[in-house]
This record gives sequence, C-alpha cells and structure tokens, in this order.
Amino acid sequence: MRGGLWTTLAPLLVGIVLLCVWEAACRFFEIPQYLFPAPSAIAASFQEHWSYLLTSLWTTVRVTLQAFAFAVVIGTLVAFLFVQSRFAQVAFFPYVVLLQVTPIVAIAPLIIILVKSTSVSLVICATIIALFPMISNTITGLRSVDPGLLSYFKMKKAGRLRTLMRLRIPSALPFFLAGLRISSGLALIGAVVAEFVAGTGGRNSGLAYLILNAGFQLDIPLMFAALGLIAVLGIVMFMAMTALTQLMLGHWHESALKDNL
Amino acid sequence: MNLGQGTIGDGAVAVAVRAAEKVFPNGTRALSPIDLTVRQGEFLSLIGPSGCGKSTLLKLIANFYDTTAGSLAWWQGDFSKVGQPGRRLAFVFQEPTLMPWARVAANVRLALDLEKQDGEDPAAKVAAALKQVGLADFAGSYPRQLSGGMKMRVSIARALIDRPDLLLMDEPFGALDEFTRNKLDLDLVQLAWQRRLTTLFVTHSIYEAVFLSTRIVVMAANPGRIFGELVVDEPQPREEGFRNSLRFVKTCQELSAMLAEASRQRLDA
Repeated sequence: MRGGLWTTLAPLLVGIVLLCVWEAACRFFEIPQYLFPAPSAIAASFQEHWSYLLTSLWTTVRVTLQAFAFAVVIGTLVAFLFVQSRFAQVAFFPYVVLLQVTPIVAIAPLIIILVKSTSVSLVICATIIALFPMISNTITGLRSVDPGLLSYFKMKKAGRLRTLMRLRIPSALPFFLAGLRISSGLALIGAVVAEFVAGTGGRNSGLAYLILNAGFQLDIPLMFAALGLIAVLGIVMFMAMTALTQLMLGHWHESALKDNL
Repeated sequence: MNLGQGTIGDGAVAVAVRAAEKVFPNGTRALSPIDLTVRQGEFLSLIGPSGCGKSTLLKLIANFYDTTAGSLAWWQGDFSKVGQPGRRLAFVFQEPTLMPWARVAANVRLALDLEKQDGEDPAAKVAAALKQVGLADFAGSYPRQLSGGMKMRVSIARALIDRPDLLLMDEPFGALDEFTRNKLDLDLVQLAWQRRLTTLFVTHSIYEAVFLSTRIVVMAANPGRIFGELVVDEPQPREEGFRNSLRFVKTCQELSAMLAEASRQRLDA
C-alpha cells in the first residue's frame, strides 16, 4: 500500500537506521567527543542544557518568523506594484536583483553597524535574504494569467480591481505558495547567517551564537544539539508551508493533487 | 460559384463591418478592408486558409482590439451599448478557458458575477444553463475532472447564461475528436435555432461549416480578405440526417472548390 502512513514511516526508518550506524561507529572506533560526538552524547548535552537551548531557539524562531512575515508582506506589495506599473518594474527591478546577488555576509556588517538594535539588524538581514523569491514568484504568478480568460474579463468590461481579485490573484496562488516555501527556508538561513556575522551575544542570543560559543569552548555535543534544533525548525517550517499549499491548492492545482504523487 | 447575397437572414442588421482593416503593431497586415453584414438569426461561418484573418475578424467584432481603419457597428450603435437587453454578446474561445480553481457551477456563474445583475436567482440560472448543455450532474466537479468535450460544454453554458443575442465562436471544437465534435455541432445548431441566436462561427472544417451554417463566408490570406460566400439553403432545424444527404455532399464540394481557389489567389503578387 502507498498510503500516508508509509510516506511518514519510510523517512523515519531511514533516520533511525542512520542514527544507529552513527552511534555504533562512534563507539566502535572510539572517536573522542570533541571531534565527533555520538547521538547519545548529543542527547545528553541536550538534556543538560535544554533551557539554554530552548531560549536560544526561541530567539532564532522569533527572528525567522519576523523576517519571513516582512518578506511576505513587502515582497507581495512590491510584486503588485511592479505588475500594476510597468515603470516601477523597469526602474526598480535591477535594484531588487542587486539586493539578491550581493552576498548577505558582505552587507550584514554594514547593517549591524548602522542599526543600533542587534535584533532589528538581524531581522533586516534575514528579510533581505528571504525577500527575492517572494517578489519574483509573485510577479511571475500575477503575470501567468490565461490570456483567454483575460480577454473574457475584458469583454465583460470587468474593472482592474475585479480582474485582480477574481483572476490574477487566484492564478498567482501556486507561484505565491512556491515562493513561501523557498522564502521560509531562506528566512531561517538568513537569521542564522546574520547572527554568525553579528557574533554578538547579549541577553537574547540565538542558536547561531550558541554554536559559535560552543565551538570556542570545544563543546561539540552542544554544537550538534543546536544544529539539530535548527534542522528541526527548518523542517517544521517547510512542512507547515507544504500543508498550507495542500490546503489551498489541493482541489485543483497539478502540483498539489494527491493522485499525482 | 455562388456569390449570391441570399435570402436567409433578412432580419435586422446585428453587426455591420465597414471597410475595417487591422494592422498589428509588428506590421502584420491581418485584414485588408472588410465589408460584412451579419443579420439577426443568421448562422454565419467564417472559413479560409491559415492566416486569412478569420479569427482576427471575429475578435474585432468581439471588440478584443480596435480596428486600424474602417468602422464597426453593433445593432447600429457603438460597443458601449453592447450588453443592454437585445444587444448581448457572448464569446466562446478555441480553448475552454475555464478557471481551474473553480467548480463547474462557479465557472458558469462567472458570467453573471461580472455582470453584477441582480434579480433572478443566479443558482437557478446556472443550473438551467448546465442542464441545457447536458452537464446538470457535473456542477460540483472541477474542470480537470472533465473531458475536453465536457469542458467545451461548460464554456458554452457560460456563454449561454448571458442570454446572448450574438454568439461569437472561435473554432470552439477544433481540438475535439470527430465524434464529439459532431455531437456538439448538432446540439449547437439546434440550440441556436431554438433560441433564435445570431451566431458567428470560425472553423477550419468544411463539413462543420456546411452542417451548421445558413451562410458561409470564405476568406483568403495575404492580406486577409473576403473571397466569396455561399448560402446553405437547408431548412431549420437541422437534423443529423443532413450529413448523409446528397445536398450536403454537393454543398461541401462547392465550398471545397471555393476554398481551393481562395488558397491559390494572392493579392500581393
């Protein structure tokens, strides 16, 4: 059977097997903890430092979600503006691309110097990283309207707003949701990278700073525990976006149809 | 060759095209001056080789774009009055042109939603329109669940719910298999007769044109122009038996000869 249970069990099984092999290899070759810790050592470290880890996780989650929200709102607005006005697109699109192609690690120090609050500068950096796919995908979506349907709306003398609401937005939805999937992951990457560059701790430091710190102290199991949390966070966000896509497109779009899997 | 003006369709003028030309922005001369009068109650087919501008002419009449020169009149008025009672227009595209995210009923209802008319119960109208095209049981389906022929029927239902006085169809059945096409042709011609629709129909098929039309306008390419016309003097309502009659075969032969000549002739030589 190819039911839903199997698609959950198979990756889980692979994960368990990999963990077992990892644990066994570490024990068998007697690899020291400060080089490459066994899963059991990572779990022990997590148990010991769980409150520190979860506080840091919360900071990273907050930065990620804020950046993601800004990227979605700004990205969508910019896309609408570009689609409505040819001039705006011609004039501003090169700068959007410029923002995208400049490595964030190169701009981050500047932003961190210019912006007083560290948490605000982290959100700005992560937003810049997550922004481009939202703009680009939403523009593509808003333009990917069936020309026949567009003619039909024109023939029916439907106004701009009505055409937008009834035709352009629904047509853009698959592209917008694909943008969300990419952007959510990038927001997390941005949050982590920016904190690495900032390298500051303070009261509300995130997982990236925790990894840096653990590295300095050669507390490799703690590093892995933090790394694991980042990975879990990324997976949870991806799954949330996939579920949202399924919810909104499941009944009609090829990309989300169950029988296509 | 029969170039007679014919006696069918002596009703009021529905559409008058006077010396209309169309040159596209890229310089393509799609239509050289065209004169065409469509009378109420006619089933008029436009047929001709590829590039003869038959689709362009239809879209001009639908006001999808403006003429480069010449004029068009809809029921002796301009396009701004189209949509009023007695001057309603509907267009059926080559593709079904449905919204994939909406159910069949919502797709048909779109025509009403964009009109923002109130009054009669829209749900009842949608149900009636779907029943008319034989899709009463598929109101809740999504377009992707339907066959090509059924999608086209939805598209026709969406056009009919507007209660059009003039129905414009741009090769609507071109992508369908012959069996489905014949069935839809029969349904269409009977529906057009029952509703006294004025229909303008673009097609590539000689058989389809002869079966459906009261008058056939043959067009030629380079540049697009009217080559001649043929009146099909077959009583209404049309029946399936017409296809197997000698009259049908003869008219097809006549049309075929005209088309062959239209394809040979070039003005720009």
